[in-house]
This record gives sequence, structure tokens and C-alpha cells, in this order.
Amino acid sequence: MGELLAVLAGALRISTPYTLAALGGALSERSGVVNIALEAGLLMGALAHAVVAHASGSPWLGLLAAMAAGVAVMALHAALCLHARANHIIVAVGLNLLAVGTGRFALKALYNSAANGPRVDGFETTWWHAVQELPVAGTVAGTPLVLVAILLVPAVAFLVDRTVLGLRIRAVGQHPAAAETQGVNVLRVRWAALLLCGLLCGLGGAYLAADQHQFTQGMSAGRGFIAVSAVVFGQWRPARVWVGCLLFGLLESLQISLQSSSVGIPGQLVQMLPYAMTLVVLALAASRANAPRALGQPWPAGR
Amino acid sequence: MTVTPLLEAVELSRAYGACVANERVSLALRAGRIHALVGENGAGKSTLCRMLFGLVRPDAGRILVDGRAVTLRSPRDAMAAGLGMVHQHFMLVDELTVAQNVVLGREPRRGGRMDLARAEAETAELAARFGLAVDPRAPVGGLAVGVQQRVEILKALHGGARVLLLDEPTAVLTAQEVDALLAVLRRLRDEGRAILVVTHKLPEVMAVSDEVTVLRQGRVVGRLDTAATSAVALSELMVGRHVDLSRRPRTTTPAEERLRVEDLVVRGPDGRARVNGVSLSVRAGEVVGIAGVEGNGQAELVEGLCGARSPASGRVVLCGQDVSRASVRRRRDAGLCHVPEDRLAQGLVPAMAVADNAVLGVHHRAPASRGGVLRRAGIAAAAQALVRAYDVRPADPALPVAALSGGNQQKVLVGRELSAGPRVVILAQPTRGVDVGAMERIHAAILAARDAGLAILLVSAELTELLALSDVIHVLYRGRIVHTVDAAAATVESLGPPMLGAGVAA
Ligand SMILES: Nc1ncnc2c1ncn2[C@@H]1O[C@H](COP(=O)(O)OP(=O)(O)OP(=O)(O)O)[C@@H](O)[C@H]1O
Ligand SMILES: [Mg+2]
Repeated sequence: MGELLAVLAGALRISTPYTLAALGGALSERSGVVNIALEAGLLMGALAHAVVAHASGSPWLGLLAAMAAGVAVMALHAALCLHARANHIIVAVGLNLLAVGTGRFALKALYNSAANGPRVDGFETTWWHAVQELPVAGTVAGTPLVLVAILLVPAVAFLVDRTVLGLRIRAVGQHPAAAETQGVNVLRVRWAALLLCGLLCGLGGAYLAADQHQFTQGMSAGRGFIAVSAVVFGQWRPARVWVGCLLFGLLESLQISLQSSSVGIPGQLVQMLPYAMTLVVLALAASRANAPRALGQPWPAGR
Repeated sequence: MTVTPLLEAVELSRAYGACVANERVSLALRAGRIHALVGENGAGKSTLCRMLFGLVRPDAGRILVDGRAVTLRSPRDAMAAGLGMVHQHFMLVDELTVAQNVVLGREPRRGGRMDLARAEAETAELAARFGLAVDPRAPVGGLAVGVQQRVEILKALHGGARVLLLDEPTAVLTAQEVDALLAVLRRLRDEGRAILVVTHKLPEVMAVSDEVTVLRQGRVVGRLDTAATSAVALSELMVGRHVDLSRRPRTTTPAEERLRVEDLVVRGPDGRARVNGVSLSVRAGEVVGIAGVEGNGQAELVEGLCGARSPASGRVVLCGQDVSRASVRRRRDAGLCHVPEDRLAQGLVPAMAVADNAVLGVHHRAPASRGGVLRRAGIAAAAQALVRAYDVRPADPALPVAALSGGNQQKVLVGRELSAGPRVVILAQPTRGVDVGAMERIHAAILAARDAGLAILLVSAELTELLALSDVIHVLYRGRIVHTVDAAAATVESLGPPMLGAGVAA
């Protein structure tokens, strides 16, 4: 029983950065902008968090910096895709590479290290310690951001389904010409979706750095791509996307507990599990059937 | 006539590259008047509407609203100036509901969120006021074309537009729906709105408009009072010659049976039988017409015959060969050609050049290719021939199909299919959105193909077209043939009741 709870709590914690990034990815893609730069958003968020939290001593300032960094990454994405009309995939590949390089450069320049930065404090404050004393909730919740991520799922769903911005995001992702003829500024709506996406990725990055209490080289470790597959798995709907993230988190959590219990399966094989699962899920569940119709298409159409 | 027009175009010009779409076009829309805009395909009607609605910037000229010059940078500006537009191609977000589509861009809010209940109430109220029956909560994608058109009109009216621009609003409607739409337009006129309506159907112009402007090759060639003109006079002004769309007697007799359909059942995507036991036969040198209100199984019948959807049961026999389960390619190789109803979605690849579109479907054979490699010279020659034979304008095979006007796209499609050397041709709405001159040309091509011994199945929503071209007409109602007549003996009036299911046990 205790072991099961530990696996579940682990799943929730592990899925937190996935959830944050994937919610952002869903927003971006619902507006019609393909987004595989979630990885860059996470990594830059983590870097900004670690640097600012270390310099200022406040994890909360770090959090703000992380959100700003995520927004900056997606602003670049928006500028290149929406105004320079560059291919969304190529822009994202560039941003992902740029993020890796920036991380490496910052470690070297600021801390003269090739691998990791100095230790930073997590978000655990006095009041949070009180929460952690609670029997079940304490184990499950881990850090405040785990809770924030969970609350953001219905918030993003509400944004998409119930607000004016959400309606416009859906409209420009499906049929930008129709939205334009009704006076909706297509590019402005896509900008808004991308900036929100950046905010969410930044939060995810802050979680990573705070969880490890430091920034390490390449610490996003493909999580942004898992988030991309969760978006497809969840058919661009926040609640389902979250389920996808939880699933990946659960697999990873299981893998960790299997490894420590050493039931005779080679560790490397078990470690592959989440990634193999990603492939299987993408192959099976990832029909693009429900993809926003205008996904990846430049606007306005034509040259 | 001294009243200031609500909207006035003054010498508007607009070119696309070398193609002059509008040249010093002037036009005035007055309160309480319906103004018809007619002209051949590519004459520049849509371009003019798009300039007036802020979607296209004029190269020169002025737009006056209430006598004051305005610059319309976007549809938002146009709507703020009191304009509303219904576009030639539907501008609907299929995944959203009717109400969401109607209020998009002007959403009612409550606090930070969207007030969906009010959006639905506003839509329902507007719909009731103009007799446009729609369910505000229905997702738009699942609606019939006629209902979608109502949603388009509601959208245009929702902002409280005083001037309405309608670009071919009747092209996809059935006769009954057209009548209903014209009634709505009269009502809007009587309330004091100014209305511009683009249409290729001259009887509609005569029935509903107060004045007419005729465009030819981007220029105004006529400005008339409807009461002082006639459909014949208008068509001559439009095309520059006399147009004859009357029925022409056949000179040959039908020969052997080419297409035989036995008890065909085709299911729609939802699993319901949309074609329910249809049997028919088409002989060489014969045109068999399929009449019916849209949505009674015509689309599924065509899909079942050409292989896009496999039939649930029944047989399709093509020149003695059972092709019920055959692929589209095998049917094509067996001599079956097909003009689909939705030219941009199914018939043509809009982004590809006219030349490449002209050989789609025969691209794997000479002269378009040899040994799997395309031969540019062969393609160019085939495309040139097609462009010349069907008078495609502009006559440049290198242009992407998307840059042609709707009617010219249709000419490319019909021309390609008829010149692919078929033995059986299935034509679905072959003249939808096509001007009278092009219609005459397409009709002539169909009759020439008939006289050359092709077997032709013609599915059309235009009864006059069916009557002019067919030998036999079957009426399709709820997936069954409920009525069959000799076309020479039928009239528009006699086909109406069976199309609406009269005399059919429910
Ligand atoms: N985006 C575009 N790029 C290039 N050429 C264009 C474009 N839009 C229109 N044209 C050209 O401008 C001319 C006028 O086109 P327009 O669509 O206004 O014709 P139309 O009168 O509405 O025809 P139809 O009755 O077929 O709808 C045509 O020759 C067309 O090929
Ligand atoms: Mg047009």
C-alpha cells in the first residue's frame, strides 16, 4: 500500500513538468502554431530559475525569471513563424539547439563549470512544510508547483472552452480566413497563445531546477518532446493531455521503483520503458484526426 | 436619386500581377435598393466585393461610406463602417457551433469570460427575426449546405450591418432555398439596408434586384435598371455574344449499356444507408440525369460509383466488368471518369499549376509520363490543348489553379475529365458557380461527348440543366429513386413534387 502510494506520488511529481509544458503546447497548437520548442522553453526556464534564484537567494524571483525566459523563447518562436513566415518545425529545432548552447555557455561563463551550476533552494517554505506533514496529501503534493500544475489543467481547459480568447484561439487554429473575415486579428491571437505557452514552459523549467536544486547541462532531457507527444495523445484537449502526461509520469515512476526493487530485469531495459511507450502511444493513439486544421500553415496564405 | 449612397466605390482598380482584376470600377449602393453585380467568371466580381470589405487593398480609387472617404485596412474596419459580407466560399469554422460562429469577433462577455448563453440568445433572436431557421447550438460542420448559408447571413447581420455584400450566395442552394433567401433579401431591403448581390443566375437578378451592374474583364460594361432590361440582354452584355442554353435534340441513338447499377446500398460515415437500393443503367450515347434536393444521397451515389466509398451491397458493372469492389484507379483505367462536386477539395490540387492539374489521373500514362518519369513537354501540350478548347482564362497553364476564378477552375476540371478518353463519365454539379458563357461551353462539351458515344450520368441541383441535357431523369429522394421520367416530357414543375417526396410512402 505504501509502495503503491509512493509510485503514484512519484508519477504526479514526475509528470509536473510534462503537464506544464504540454498545456502550453496544446494552447500553441490549438491556435495553429506547431510547437516542438517546448524543450527549449523548459530548459531556458530552468536556467533562468537557477541563475536568478542563486543570485537573489529567492526561489520566487527565480520563478518569475523562469516565466520570463519561457516567454522570451516563445516570443522568438512567434516572431519567426508569424512574421518571418518560417517553417514552424525548423524554427523549433533551431530554438532547441539554441537553448542547449545557451545553457552550456551560461554554465561556463557564470560558474566556470561544464556540467552544473551552484545549489539553489527549492520552494519549500514554512507553510509548505505544514502541508507536507499531512498524511496522504503531503506525500503526493511534493512541492507547490505540483499543485499549481494540477490546478492549471482546469484553468487552461476553461480558457480554451469558455473565454473569448479561447474561442478565438480555436477559430484561428481551424480556419484563420473565417476568423479574419469576422474581424479577428489572427496574428495577435497566435501571439497570445504562444506567450501563454512560454509562461507555462517557464514554470515547468523552474520546477525542474528547483526539484534538482540546481541547473545541470541539458537537464530538460527530452521532457519537452514527451510533452509534445502528450499533446498529440490528448488530442489537443487539456484534460486528456494531462492524462497523457500522467501516464508517462506513471511509467517513469514505475521504472524507478522496479529498478530499486531489482526483480531481475536489466535496468537499461526498464529505463527505456517510458520512451518505448512514447513511440507506441504515438504510433497508436496519435492519429492526427483531431488536429487543428490550420496547424502549421502560414498566415496569410499565399506568398 | 439625390440621396447619398450608403456605400460607394469610385474608380477602384486592382491588379494581380499582370492580370487586371478591376479597372476603374464605380458602383453605388443605396438604402432600400438591391443591386445585382453580374459578369463572367473572372470578371472581377469577388475582387470588388473583397475590396469593399477590406480584405483586399485597392491599387487606386476611393471607397465612400455615407459620402465620406474611408480606408478599409481589414474586415474589422469594414464592419465598423456598417458593412457585412457573405463570401463566395463558406467562411465557417466547422468545429464551432452556429452561435459561436455568428458572434466570433464580437463575442458577448460576462466578466472575463464569454457569455455563451447570450450568444445563443442573440443568434436565435436574429434567426427568428429574419426567418432563418437554425439551431444556435448545432456544430456547423454537420449542417446541410443550405443551413450553413443561413449561418453566413446571420454572421453578416449580427454586427448590425447596414450594407450587405453577398458573393454568390445562391450558388450552392436548391430552388426552394433560393426562394427563401430572396425573400430574406427583400425583407432586408425593405428595412432600409443597401444590398449588393453577385450571382450567375440571371432569373434571380430579374426577380430580386432594382438595378444591375455588369462587369466584363474588370471593367463596368453596363449599368441598368432591372425593370428596363431582360435576362437575355444581360447575358449578351456579360459574355459579349448571344448565349443559347436551350435543349438540343440528339442526333444519334443510344447503343449498348455501359454502366449498370444493381440494388446499390452505400452507407454514410455514420453508418446509415444514404443510398438505399438504387438500380439504373446508362447506355453509350445517353445522358441520364439525377435530380433531387441536395443531401438525398447524390454525393454518396457518386462516391460509390467512382470508388471513393465502397458500397455496402449491390453491384456496379462497368462495360460488362464488375467493379463493385475495384479501386478508383482500376475504375479509371476501365474508362470511368468523374467530375466531383467540390472541385477544390476533390477535383483539383489548388496549389499546383493548371498544367499539372490537367494531367492528374492520367499522369501515369503517355503523354504525361514515361516509365514513371513525368514528361514536361507532353504535359504542356495537353494543358495547352485543354486551355484552348475550354477557353480557360487567363490562358496560362503555369498559374496555380488557386489563382483562377471559380468558373475557370471548373472548366479545367471538366475539360480534364472529358479529355481523359473515358467510356463512362459521372458529372456532379458540373456548372456550379459557372457563368452563362462557360455554362454554354460546358453544356456543349457534354453533348459533344454524348454524341461521340460516351455514357454520361449527370447529377445536378439545377433542374433547367438536367432538362436541357438529359435523356432520362431519375429523382432521388432519401436514397431511393422515386420517380423516373423521359426528360423531353418533364418540366421544372413536374419534378418538384417527387423531389420533395410527394407520393412516397414514408
Ligand atoms: N489571389 C489572386 N492571385 C492572382 N490572381 C487572382 C487572385 N484573385 C483573383 N485573381 C484573378 O483576378 C481575376 C478576377 O477574379 P475574381 O475572383 O474577382 O472573379 P469573379 O468575377 O468573382 O469570378 P467567379 O464568377 O468565377 O467567382 C481573375 O482573372 C482571377 O484569376
Ligand atoms: Mg467570384
